[in-house]
Amino acid sequence: MTATASARSASGGLGESIGRWRGRNSWTLGLVGLFVLLLIVTRLLAPGYGAAQIEALAISVLPVALAAVAQAIVVMSGGIDLSIGPMMAFTSVTAAVLMKGQSDAFAVAVVVGVLLMGVALGFINGALVVLTRVPDIVVTLAMSFVWAGAALLVINTPGGGAADWLKAVIDGTIVSDWIPRALVVLLLVVGLVWIPILRSPLGVSLYAIGSDRLAAFRSGVGVGPTKVAAYVVTGFFAAAGGLALTMSTGIGTPVPGPYTLQSVAAIVLGGVSLAGGRGGLTGPIIAVFILALVRTDLTFIGVNPNLSTAVQGAILVGVVMFGAVTAYRRKRR
Amino acid sequence: MSDARVAGTRSQWLTVTGWRRLLRDQPLIPLTALLAFLILLLELTKPGIVSPNWVAVTLRAAVPLAILAACQTLTMLTGGIDLSVGIVASMAAYVAATQSTGQGDAMAIVIALLAAALVGLANGVGVGVFRVHPLIMTLGISLVVLGLLNVYQLAMVRAGVVLPEVIVTIGAGTTLGVLPNNLLVFIPLALLIIVGLRRSGFGRLLFAVGDNPIAARLSGVRAWQVLIVLYVLSAVLAGLAGFLVAGLTKTASLGLVQQSVLPSVAAAVIGGTSIMGGRGGFGGTIVGALILTVLTTLLTVLQMPEAVRQILFGGIIVAVAAAYARVTGES
Repeated sequence: MTATASARSASGGLGESIGRWRGRNSWTLGLVGLFVLLLIVTRLLAPGYGAAQIEALAISVLPVALAAVAQAIVVMSGGIDLSIGPMMAFTSVTAAVLMKGQSDAFAVAVVVGVLLMGVALGFINGALVVLTRVPDIVVTLAMSFVWAGAALLVINTPGGGAADWLKAVIDGTIVSDWIPRALVVLLLVVGLVWIPILRSPLGVSLYAIGSDRLAAFRSGVGVGPTKVAAYVVTGFFAAAGGLALTMSTGIGTPVPGPYTLQSVAAIVLGGVSLAGGRGGLTGPIIAVFILALVRTDLTFIGVNPNLSTAVQGAILVGVVMFGAVTAYRRKRR
Repeated sequence: MSDARVAGTRSQWLTVTGWRRLLRDQPLIPLTALLAFLILLLELTKPGIVSPNWVAVTLRAAVPLAILAACQTLTMLTGGIDLSVGIVASMAAYVAATQSTGQGDAMAIVIALLAAALVGLANGVGVGVFRVHPLIMTLGISLVVLGLLNVYQLAMVRAGVVLPEVIVTIGAGTTLGVLPNNLLVFIPLALLIIVGLRRSGFGRLLFAVGDNPIAARLSGVRAWQVLIVLYVLSAVLAGLAGFLVAGLTKTASLGLVQQSVLPSVAAAVIGGTSIMGGRGGFGGTIVGALILTVLTTLLTVLQMPEAVRQILFGGIIVAVAAAYARVTGES
């Protein structure tokens, strides 16, 4: 109550509006600070860490970053999608199998086709959630097995191929040695799709149903269609993540990687509330880089690589616990 | 008077509402019918397959799944889920098998169950005290346990993997040639769970916390205590199931029970336990586990690949959960 009142009274003056922006984005700013700090630590641990390593980092996190973006959108709308990892595997193997030994022009059609396939998968997920009225978690958990099974039907063992131009898109740097192409691709794809949605009525509805479904419904938001739309956008980005997997490895692997879990860890660290209605896409993307750098640093300081799975799990749990505690304190205040 | 009641019952049977009420109040009846239908289908697909021996094999395979599904049933009653059962079960079997040469069989089993309880404690503290979503908590903890087990595996590479004799006898053996020994563990356990859920205070607390957490809190229930005990119990049950699977397959490895996690959720959902909490029971879950076991046999007989089995299981969960959501009117 007091927070709203003070925000309203502070609605004049440039300095105050900057302060307000900072207040609203404090979590993201903190993440940027943490990222810079980690970069410095990494540089101290390994003095050779430079442009080439940053480039490799950007390529390696591209699939996870797209998975985190996909998860963030559906979670902000009040759902959760546990089938992102298997959807990525399904789209990745489909792309790899279709592209193998085909011309460059055909590969363009495959890219478009696979992105549309992601849209279709997301539509199926969303429609099932809305029509069956079963909790999102159950539907997407069950669908994760459906998509994983479908990926195995496409191809049984890792295989397929990727067009050379597609691999070149994320390889190397652009303008300066310090700007990896993979990062530019990530920001372009996310920006071109998400910013128009955010500026449209759909963006408002997405946050509205995530924040309070009943209030959104009473204000005339079509809750069902909006929810399906959220899953569709999530499916699109999951397919983009699947393509990124094929691009970076050159093949398709039918067994899903740990992307669902990593995406959840990244969005929670990125300031997206699992309860919905709160957060953005900048935080999760920075969070993905932070989590990757932590893993790099752990190898630099000589932690047993077998423990890295355990550390990943501990980070996930720790981050969610921390998020839960801060959310609880925020509510009490 | 009695005529009127009979007429009333009949009309109830013939209407859609009657069927809905049947599925909602007595899910065991349609579930058993479905089980019978699947067995009939199996017999028609491969005449002569259904025999006393087949029943024994099916029961023996269904028991570990039913115990894992008990973990899901209990946690789902509070609105939770335990996805760490796969790794906890594998861990218990692996720890027992690696400790048995050094510590003796009984001690090895105790150590394994203590390790399982410890994992359950971590889950319970995360869910109960820190309010982490059970799904995230148990998935994260499974990653932690898997990583630690990888390190443990490297450290124990010299100590052979020898399953305690009693685990093999109970897990794989049969009495009089037909009665699986693992029923000796399962029947008392199942009775304890079914009666405990209905009659014991702890059972009622599970329903209370799951049905209406706020009302439960206002009535003086300390939900965090209930949840910690619940997740420890779930992990110990998973450990027992791990022993039975290891005994049945006579192996112990880190991926031993991992593929039973989704079927265990499926069995509980099919059995009529709601993931939203507050509704369900173990009786339906047992039938659910039997249905899935018979279905697996049917798919094997039809020579379906593993991928199709996964797709079908996923589809069945959505379909059954949707049917329950329809009849109970929850959203």
